[in-house]
Amino acid sequence: MLRNSPADPPAQDAPLYPRDRTRHPPAFTPDYKTAVTRSPRLPLASVKPSLLENTGPRFSVAELGARDNDLLINFAAPGESAIGERILVHGQVRDQSGRPVPETLVEVWQANAGGRYRHRNDTYFAPIDPNFGGCGRVLTDAEGYYEFRTVRPGPYPWENGPNAWRPAHIHFSVFGSGFGQRLITQMYFEGDPLIPLCPILSTLPDEAARDQLVAPLDMNAAIPLDSLAYRFDIVLRGRRSTMFENRPEGN
Amino acid sequence: MPRRSTSLTETPSQTAGPYVHIGLVPAQAGFEIFERNFSNHIAGAGPRIRISGRVFDGIGAPITDVLVESWQADAEGRFDGPGFRGWARAASDFDSGEWVIETVRPGAVAEPGGTVLAPQIGLWIVARGINIGLSTRIYFPEEAAANAADPVLSRVPPHRRGTLLAQKQGVEGDVQGYRFDIVVQGEGETVFFDA
Repeated sequence: MLRNSPADPPAQDAPLYPRDRTRHPPAFTPDYKTAVTRSPRLPLASVKPSLLENTGPRFSVAELGARDNDLLINFAAPGESAIGERILVHGQVRDQSGRPVPETLVEVWQANAGGRYRHRNDTYFAPIDPNFGGCGRVLTDAEGYYEFRTVRPGPYPWENGPNAWRPAHIHFSVFGSGFGQRLITQMYFEGDPLIPLCPILSTLPDEAARDQLVAPLDMNAAIPLDSLAYRFDIVLRGRRSTMFENRPEGN
Repeated sequence: MPRRSTSLTETPSQTAGPYVHIGLVPAQAGFEIFERNFSNHIAGAGPRIRISGRVFDGIGAPITDVLVESWQADAEGRFDGPGFRGWARAASDFDSGEWVIETVRPGAVAEPGGTVLAPQIGLWIVARGINIGLSTRIYFPEEAAANAADPVLSRVPPHRRGTLLAQKQGVEGDVQGYRFDIVVQGEGETVFFDA
């Protein structure tokens, strides 16, 4: 007997869809050298998602500060602002079924406009911006939308090869409602000529998957005389929704 | 009624990179920015435990820029127990590679279908050079009967099960210590799950 309409939201702990690993990078990617010794050799053990994957931590607005999603000022002295191209980054977090993922934690980090990270292990000689921390966080709203203000990060060289450069990118960490949806990824900028040269983006064998990480310029969301905008939509693993006889379909 | 769902493809993973600390544990990157920070300490009722370990790469070196997150049920086996959030985040020490999580001992979990999961803690591991987060589980050596009945652990080949068992250490105050070292690649490679 059909218990729930397919249009109903799934139970919070309904089973996750299997992850389509062909859309993700393999563990062993020799052109990204650090992965060579940090990739499992043995196959992953496939198991049915349990409550350990189907449930996950929830976060509340009270845990965040009012300026946490404004990287222009969240580390700046009063009245000051980060140096660089002012941008707005926004998008919607949905699951594979197209359902918005509300009130989920999105965390971002990035280099400053010169390509330098505020991190004790970054020794690139582009200067630290005293008014830029380079991290932010926000909860999606009831419809899964998020946004933050920042500066466009600069590209920077790294030690993967004699003349290797990272394209401009922003790191994203997203939770979803189940720990099995946990995702860390990177957002790139439409039109960046370094994109096809990047060994990290090239760990993705699938062109459509690579394109999914490139945020288009969004002139409709740009703020005239203030900020350009980029749109980065995020899709997390989906959940089964149809229940038969009180049990998730197919289980 | 036809199903109305659309079918989207999941956003692909990318490595967390060497500067993951900036975004997820800024104090470790070397600065303070947020008023409230997430921690490696889970509050809740029940016996206290401390789990520490290192993550080793394919040449046996500790990965000193690793970040570990954990997710677990409360002492009664509930993931949604009142006032309890069984999630922690720990970055390793940049020199030793040691990470520590302090929490409550999780209880056995009854799944909706009636299956019982042995007490366990889920771990998710990211770092520079790890292209997609690695998932593993910590089980407890003194739970022999529950472990033998666990639907996942019992299906792991016997010679690899040990990689999922914490090693009991001493007691400090009222906190029972455990060690859980992880081998990402090579001899003694930890079992990682696609769940």
